[in-house]
Amino acid sequence: MATAPKETNKAAQEVLLRVENVTKVYDGTVKAVDDVSLTVMKGEIFALLGGSGCGKSTLLRMMAGFETPTKGKIFLANQDITNLPPFQRPINMMFQSYALFPHLSVWENVAFGLKRDGMPKDEIADRVEKMLSLAQLNKYAKRKPHQLSGGQQQRVALVRSLAKRPQLLLLDEPLGALDKKLRETTQLELVNIIEEVGVTCVLVTHDQEEAMTMASRIAVMSEGYFLQVGAPDAVYEMPNSRKVADFIGNVNIFEGKIEEDEPDHVTVRCPECIHYVGHGVSGHPGMDVGVALRPEKIMLSKDKPNSDYNWCAGEVIEIVYFGAHTTYHLKLDSGKVIKAQELNNTRDLSCGLTWGDRAYASWNNLAMVVLTQ
Amino acid sequence: MAKTQSFFTSLSAGRLAVIGVPYFWFLLLAAIPLLIVLKISLSEMESTSISNMIDWSHGWPRLTLNFASYQFLATDSLYIKTYLSSIKYALITTLLCLAIGYPFAYYMARSPKHMQPTLLMLIMLPFWTSFLLRIYAWKTLLVSNGVINNILMSLHIIDTPIEMMNNSFSLLLGMVYSYLPFMILPLYANLSKMDMRYLEAASDLGTSPFKAFWLITVPLSKAGIIAGSMLVFIPAVGEYVIPELLGGSSTLMIGRVLWDEFFSNNDWPMASAVAVVMILLILVPMGVYNKAQAEQMEGK
Repeated sequence: MATAPKETNKAAQEVLLRVENVTKVYDGTVKAVDDVSLTVMKGEIFALLGGSGCGKSTLLRMMAGFETPTKGKIFLANQDITNLPPFQRPINMMFQSYALFPHLSVWENVAFGLKRDGMPKDEIADRVEKMLSLAQLNKYAKRKPHQLSGGQQQRVALVRSLAKRPQLLLLDEPLGALDKKLRETTQLELVNIIEEVGVTCVLVTHDQEEAMTMASRIAVMSEGYFLQVGAPDAVYEMPNSRKVADFIGNVNIFEGKIEEDEPDHVTVRCPECIHYVGHGVSGHPGMDVGVALRPEKIMLSKDKPNSDYNWCAGEVIEIVYFGAHTTYHLKLDSGKVIKAQELNNTRDLSCGLTWGDRAYASWNNLAMVVLTQ
Repeated sequence: MAKTQSFFTSLSAGRLAVIGVPYFWFLLLAAIPLLIVLKISLSEMESTSISNMIDWSHGWPRLTLNFASYQFLATDSLYIKTYLSSIKYALITTLLCLAIGYPFAYYMARSPKHMQPTLLMLIMLPFWTSFLLRIYAWKTLLVSNGVINNILMSLHIIDTPIEMMNNSFSLLLGMVYSYLPFMILPLYANLSKMDMRYLEAASDLGTSPFKAFWLITVPLSKAGIIAGSMLVFIPAVGEYVIPELLGGSSTLMIGRVLWDEFFSNNDWPMASAVAVVMILLILVPMGVYNKAQAEQMEGK
């Protein structure tokens, strides 16, 4: 299937973390993680993405050592760490909602791990100073965690987990506790700090935007196993299943049957329209497939397109204005509702469509993905 | 408009009533009696009665203060010795309760959720029997021909009975036994609320479970330790029944001196002075501590 260009580069690099056929069963029956294997390269930021209860946190907690796998092994730099307790692993974690020690100052929180290692006092002071300036927190060193804002707490938590220079950094919903505006700026800060230190990261999130902007590779998880692993653009543009397409971003899925199956193109007949896909697909005529089409790849117009393929018509039933773009909900003649996103590239709200208008949606023959699963 | 206003005035009246009840209660049953005690301690023995506490004979109220009782308190070494001895026994009781109660509360808080109500019930079980009865029960266990000595002697472990009654051993045993629940309950309430992620974070940063207990669990349960210690220490200082029944004459406790002054000597001013000093002895360190806590919370 589709391979992202980034992956081939990474193959030449050193493997840092290897998870081999790991399964975690709770209470004898509930499979939280189901036979998962993955490798994380040195220097990579790897995201585990999925909804709540998909097993991503359990997998992360097994990497940290808080849970032991029921089956399978975990290797760090070729050393088996499956049964190593957390306090003996060269791995540090930034906890969801941070778990900063409330009775210790910012300085003491950051120094906590270093003191446990028996590092000399002046070295600890040096390292803590460096860490605090990395996160621009020097003037808050004496404060207690509850005297800091959410964003500051988040940065303390990050540098606390970085202070010991771990081989692997685990991030559990690192931005989950922040509001939307703060998330955007903090996201960049976080990536900058991580890149400055050059640590390998595994990140758990339910937020696809967070995963896409921060990670170099994403694993989309559902019900304990990986649906797809790949670079953000690969997962977004070439989802391998309806579940992935649906989970990452907005998508319209047309159900239909393959009609023509040629090496250079495929046509799929759906109740709403005929899709002409400009590349080959591994399938056969008569096969049931889904055609995934992202809203931003659809063009809307009042005029009927001059083509036999790749368009459909419907009534505008909803207009959602986002500022930068507007999403139109189009009720097709078959009753199916699709979403189309139009960029507001002028200030007079572009295509002039309004509620109840009949509109034609059309798209490029490379805009869609044929899903066989 | 008028309607909403009347709604709010009636609301604030209702609020006042609700807040007023505990204040009224406190005033009637704590503040006024305390003031009376304070006044009695500053009177002469002859003039002591509630009716002539304030002298109206000159047409306006006049308070006559008499510090004789306090002077006597400061000069007679018996009182000072007794205060020190009371504080010593209360402190030892508190420390023993903490040493026994903390592991107990820790175990309860870490037990499976469905077990916790049962364990809590077991802690409270002794309260179903009268406090006095339980102290008497200890007496029958501890005396020379009591249950424990009889068993040990019939098993030929000892030849002569062990002296366990009317000494500091029996006193401390009774005090620790009686006050242990007051240590365990606040500690349990505190420990069961503790966020386990702090321990995970400590472990993640390289702390062994034993060290994490001392570095994280104990400091985070400080509020519970203090609450439990106060609940044990304060009543233990003034304890009367346990020293009277188990302590014998060799153990000096201020509660018994207080009883003697009131009911044997009938010296109310002296007894009140003893009580006032006892309250001050407890209140002053508490106040200093509270102030320090408040300042720490403000992050100074």
